[in-house]
Amino acid sequence: MTPQRIDLAVVGAGPAGLAAATTAADLGLDTLLLDEQDGPGGQIYRGIERAPDGRNKTTPLGVDYLAGKPLAAALRASRAGYLPGTTVWHIDADGTLSVLDKNGSRTIRARRIVLATGAMERPVPIPGWTLPGVMTVGAAQILLKTGDLVPAGRSVLTGQGPLIWLAAAQLVRAGAPPALILETAPHRNYHAAARLLLRALWPARRQLAKGLGLIREVRGAGVPVVREAVGLAALGRGRLERVAWNGGEIAADLLLLHEGVIPNIQISLALGLEHRWDAAQLCWRPVADEWGATSLPTVAIAGDGAGIAGAEAAALTGRLAALDAAALLDKLDPAERDRRARPIRKALKRELAIRPLLDALYRPAPPVLVPPDDVVACRCEEVTVAQIRRAARLGAPGPNQAKAFTRCGMGPCQGRLCGPTVSAVMADALGKPIAEIGTYRPRAPYKPITLRALAGLGASPSAGS
Amino acid sequence: MFRKRPEGSAATVWVTVEGREVQVPAGASAAAALLLAGLAATRETAVSGAARGPYCLMGVCFECLAEIDGVPNCQSCMVTIGPGMAIRRQHGKRIATPQ
Amino acid sequence: MQRIDAIVIGGGLVGSAIAYGLARAGLKTALIDEGDVAFRASRGNFGLVWVQSKGLGAPHYQRWTRRSAEEWPKLAAELVAGTGIDPALEQPGGVHLCLSDQELDERRARMEQMRAEAGNFGFDYRMLGPSELKDMLPRLGPAVVGASWTPYDGHANSLYLLHALHNGFVQRGGVYIPNRTIDYAAAQPNDFRLGSGADEVAAPKIVLAAGLGNAKLAPLFGLRAPVRPQRGQILVTERAGRVFDMPTTTVRQTVEGGIMIGDSMEDVGFDTSQRPDVMAAMAERAVLSFPWLAELQVVRAWAALRVMPPDGTPIYDESEQFPGAFTANCHSGVTLAGAHANVFAAMVAAGALAPEMVPFSARRFDVPQAA
Repeated sequence: MTPQRIDLAVVGAGPAGLAAATTAADLGLDTLLLDEQDGPGGQIYRGIERAPDGRNKTTPLGVDYLAGKPLAAALRASRAGYLPGTTVWHIDADGTLSVLDKNGSRTIRARRIVLATGAMERPVPIPGWTLPGVMTVGAAQILLKTGDLVPAGRSVLTGQGPLIWLAAAQLVRAGAPPALILETAPHRNYHAAARLLLRALWPARRQLAKGLGLIREVRGAGVPVVREAVGLAALGRGRLERVAWNGGEIAADLLLLHEGVIPNIQISLALGLEHRWDAAQLCWRPVADEWGATSLPTVAIAGDGAGIAGAEAAALTGRLAALDAAALLDKLDPAERDRRARPIRKALKRELAIRPLLDALYRPAPPVLVPPDDVVACRCEEVTVAQIRRAARLGAPGPNQAKAFTRCGMGPCQGRLCGPTVSAVMADALGKPIAEIGTYRPRAPYKPITLRALAGLGASPSAGS
Repeated sequence: MFRKRPEGSAATVWVTVEGREVQVPAGASAAAALLLAGLAATRETAVSGAARGPYCLMGVCFECLAEIDGVPNCQSCMVTIGPGMAIRRQHGKRIATPQ
Repeated sequence: MQRIDAIVIGGGLVGSAIAYGLARAGLKTALIDEGDVAFRASRGNFGLVWVQSKGLGAPHYQRWTRRSAEEWPKLAAELVAGTGIDPALEQPGGVHLCLSDQELDERRARMEQMRAEAGNFGFDYRMLGPSELKDMLPRLGPAVVGASWTPYDGHANSLYLLHALHNGFVQRGGVYIPNRTIDYAAAQPNDFRLGSGADEVAAPKIVLAAGLGNAKLAPLFGLRAPVRPQRGQILVTERAGRVFDMPTTTVRQTVEGGIMIGDSMEDVGFDTSQRPDVMAAMAERAVLSFPWLAELQVVRAWAALRVMPPDGTPIYDESEQFPGAFTANCHSGVTLAGAHANVFAAMVAAGALAPEMVPFSARRFDVPQAA
């Protein structure tokens, strides 16, 4: 079967992908936006097309969430092709994408690819984090975005970062305030951040004011906050019953964890793009230039998948990647590309001004990266931190040999969730920097695919069909 | 573990969770239906049989695996509910079903 | 400088099995390995302990493979007892499925020749029709016209084997040295030195088991290992309850429950990228063999490079120029683990390869092929 031929494939319909696809289509590129979900928005704007119009109705999610509306509307109004419910399961370096939808698997040949695969929440491996009833803060937000669902019973939020205050405020507004917030930001972070605060004060005044407003809102609603909480553990038999920390314990039905977000690098790693360890954000990120161009000539990357900068910045880097694609494919004069990029870069600079401060202020405490020995690191294959340490002691030089020895990272999530922990634990066990230890080298299929679809025999009977 | 806000949108869809009728807001995921049905443990792992429930709800962790309309091991957080959808717990390894 | 009894270069299945055997024989052994990301055929294995397809036209290879399959249970039991890691060996016999009359005729001829070449060593096999296969395998598709069967075949978890060998080696006093590329080697008869300064290791014996790396290493020690890469891809499905009691050459069920699909072969040089068209062909063949597999989800897949000698038969050799230097090259690190740990290592420990190994020498490539 001959593949469909297009100019640009954009993978992921979050802010970066929406902006990239819309901009590219407006510049005359034959563009396809591929996304696994059945509506635009990614995770940050999930369910955005169902959200009420900001003018006459309000949502507990707040105005920042509604910023996704015009992005989705612009896509709908543009000439970009949009394929929801479509999973990219393999990308070849030559620009061929293997995609899976309800009709089966097929190939699309793109002259250029923009990965806009976004971020994921940093795994928070604490004792008991595999118990039912322990979820991420982002998960609770998604339930609110897609179904107006809120926690029933006692919920505890733990962790740190801007998102925790946003989520807490959203729950307060939604009539389901958390019973307790356990903030984990180590006190020393404040010292490190103080120096950066002065520099961010003016350029990031808007974001800072918003953040402080959220904290005030949550505290004003009477939500108790424990600061510098350490030694967190989820306790219970068969499901969460209690949350404990050094110095306290509380009965809980739901524990929501959050230690910031990290780039979702599954596809960029599988493609063999060059990655480097980001010591400020404590995560791996693909190496990309100011246009998002990567070490592979056909592939650019935009949004949080290239390093965490937030939704507004993601849309901006999506536009830059689209401008560059148009220039590379001779639809835009390079000088014109640069001219159009100027205001975008100016806005991007404003968005990025607060990042060093946030990175320092909300730097996860060491146990988030290197948990205690008895904690499950790989939830899929149920491999503990101790087993990874043993593999390291036996001589496994890095995560891939540890994976072979222990099955860590071989489950359905393909190491997405244990990858950060395995790198950090091995680095700790071997006394080497994480940058030197490396990370997994995942392979296709990026998401499961039935043998029927793989064999080109059409679609399997699937959920919802 | 979760409930629907009374102020939330009116549109709902009926699905079954473990054979029981459950009313779910339109646009929600099958994972949300499992949680709304009051299930905390939505599956047992294929490795040790340990009880698990949804964790990330954004397609990353594969903890929300469920049987949906007879298809085992579906990532239920990535499936939007439809009328009459039958959602069940995933009990460990799937059955390969050779007849 | 560290002076020891033996050095093994290559921490994959071949090198680890030999190093384990040497350490067990009481030799102070160092196992030199590359870093975390290397070609590593041992991490891309299909996991068969397979006899029935090995050694056509090379009876010595057929016997060597059979020998290894016989040694395997001893090795597996010893590894479980010593390390607690079970390589999950099962040897219930195995089948090769044929999907056309032509495939079946070719297979029959091949099996007949194997038996003829086995001479009085014997080679037990049977050609089976669909009705006989029905009792041995889960529901087959109508495309399956027949199969060959031998009682010698089986499978194991090759990663647990690798883990267990490393574990057993270190437990028996072996020294594992990863993250090394061999950039310097001094070879003298029964005196081999690698590295320099504090990192220098010296031993009277050395075994080259560096897989594809052997091609460049061997000449430094007066040996030849003209191996080339052959790419193989593998698919693994989600875990399912046990349905297969017997492995086949292309489909088997792992001890965890995943169903593995393998046996692709491509000559593409040192390229480990995955090809969706090849993956599709593998899936199609699997579904033709077992139609119900169609609904199973592939959760992992990979491509790796086999270590292929020019004629597909292993190369085992000892250096004439530098006595004490040996080499082992093959694409069957799992199948031959029993022979490597229990037989080959003993020969190295004794200082010379046994006469039965002569036909495996690279010197065979010097003989002009008869037209």
